[in-house]
Amino acid sequence: MSKINELFNKEVKVINIGLESFYNDLKKQKVSVIHVNWRPVAGGNKRMASLLSKLK
Amino acid sequence: MSSVKYEIRKNTYYDSVTLMLISKEIKKIDGVKEALVGMGTDLNKELAENLAISNDDIRNLSPNDFFVTVLADDNVQIETISAEVDKLLSNKKKSNESDYMPPTLESALKHEPESNIVVISVAGEYAAAEAKKALNNNLHVMLFSDNVSIEDERELKELACQKGLLMMGPDCGTAIINNVPLAFANVVRKGHIGIVGASGTGTQEVTVIIDKLGEGVSQVIGTGGRDLKAEIGGLMMLQGIEALKNDPQTKVIVLISKPPAEEVAEKVLKAIENSPKPVVVDFIGGDRKLIEKYGAYSCVSLEDAARKAVALLRGEEVRDFEGFSLPDEEIEKIVDREVAKFDKTQKYLRAYYTGGTLADEAMKLLSSSIGNIYSNIPLTPEYKLEDVRVSKEHTCIDFGDDEFTRGKPHPMIDPVSRVERLMKEDDEEVAVLLMDFVLGYGSHEDPVGEMLPAIKEAKERMAKKGKYLCVVGSVCGTENDPQDLRESQRRLEEAGVIVMPSNAQAVRLAGLILNKIK
Repeated sequence: MSKINELFNKEVKVINIGLESFYNDLKKQKVSVIHVNWRPVAGGNKRMASLLSKLK
Repeated sequence: MSSVKYEIRKNTYYDSVTLMLISKEIKKIDGVKEALVGMGTDLNKELAENLAISNDDIRNLSPNDFFVTVLADDNVQIETISAEVDKLLSNKKKSNESDYMPPTLESALKHEPESNIVVISVAGEYAAAEAKKALNNNLHVMLFSDNVSIEDERELKELACQKGLLMMGPDCGTAIINNVPLAFANVVRKGHIGIVGASGTGTQEVTVIIDKLGEGVSQVIGTGGRDLKAEIGGLMMLQGIEALKNDPQTKVIVLISKPPAEEVAEKVLKAIENSPKPVVVDFIGGDRKLIEKYGAYSCVSLEDAARKAVALLRGEEVRDFEGFSLPDEEIEKIVDREVAKFDKTQKYLRAYYTGGTLADEAMKLLSSSIGNIYSNIPLTPEYKLEDVRVSKEHTCIDFGDDEFTRGKPHPMIDPVSRVERLMKEDDEEVAVLLMDFVLGYGSHEDPVGEMLPAIKEAKERMAKKGKYLCVVGSVCGTENDPQDLRESQRRLEEAGVIVMPSNAQAVRLAGLILNKIK
């Protein structure tokens, strides 16, 4: 069975990155969700972010 | 006298929609003329520049720095503004104070290792990297963000295909997986119609009408608007079709997209040729013969797609629905009643939409009957409005298009751009105003309430001149949406709006009225 069809048989569990309103909407519906307190990598410094991503 | 006052907080991050909504609240404070609350992104710095509330300190900010800047009367202190911003921010945060919010995807996954879908809505420039991380962790992705390059989209979708994962988006507004509405989606009953949609509000309209007809959806997979372009080749629509074919809960499949690139249309249609499950295809305004050649059912509107899917599910006769839910005599009465109220100079349409696909559908259904329509998203380039802020003859506006959403939330979240347009315009030759009201999760908590004062004022303004403004609308929503569907309809009708059961029917009624006064 493909991973997509497997998903159709599972409980949806969400990781939300970005708008907190999407997190609140899911929480209201009692959907399992965790919100990432996200911020730009390297404080938004693109050169630094690119260097950091190469280290990983 | 008024002057610019500002405050900067280094390394403090808030999401963009929260801050856009706070900017709006700050602007309402007595003595404040302009206000911008935002992160130090290039876009926000440019907006501050355009509003003439910038300075060198703001110009030097990084996207991780937070700033508040206002043009305000001298008696307004920046400390007062700052306190108000904090109050608004903490109101938004309060309900989630005790929730654990990890700083990265990896830490979230450690905390919740059973997670299976990542919904991403960070600024476009950061979105692809987050999506790639999610896919590499074998997680399905819904990518709401736009401004992701088409090269990145191709790479992400190829990676998803290799791994057998969903990569919905970029610019994917709606999905319903296992009955869970994600981002902008309505609360639709569970059922046996599976949808793969490349256009957000188009997909919402189809799901809502399926629900109104008493059936439901198995899965709604979004692909993002560019999936059927030649550069992407329908990668995610093909994945979606395959999954729905193999899903025992799905008995009928519906595909929704704006007209695809020709070679992509053939590729997608080949994937459904000889499908054991019936397939309904709405390539909004696209080639119907091509669809039928591959054994699928083609459609005249989004509503028609929903009706055909329901008919197929129930084993009923399948035919084009080009009419109205009400009997023809009732419709004729409405048309005659409205036409009698205009004066001779009134003849034009204003179609003001928050849903892009609904605006596109309106133009496609109307242009053959009422003639050419000017727009910010015109059917042909010569009818592009010279200035999208100024309507002309028949005009249809998609307020969700880039020109209206730079630095502002989408009009489905905050319809202020549509409200302001209606308050400002005073064109005596307009006869019919056509509008959509999209309910559901993600949308404004009361889209009708936000518009009503402007609708009432526009009607009164025309009445004072001895004219009449006919307003026709449709509400894209279900009984179970968080906004109250019935109350939304009731208030619209109370304000004299003719509420039709679908966008297609609202558009058709507007067409009949306009044709009769030609």
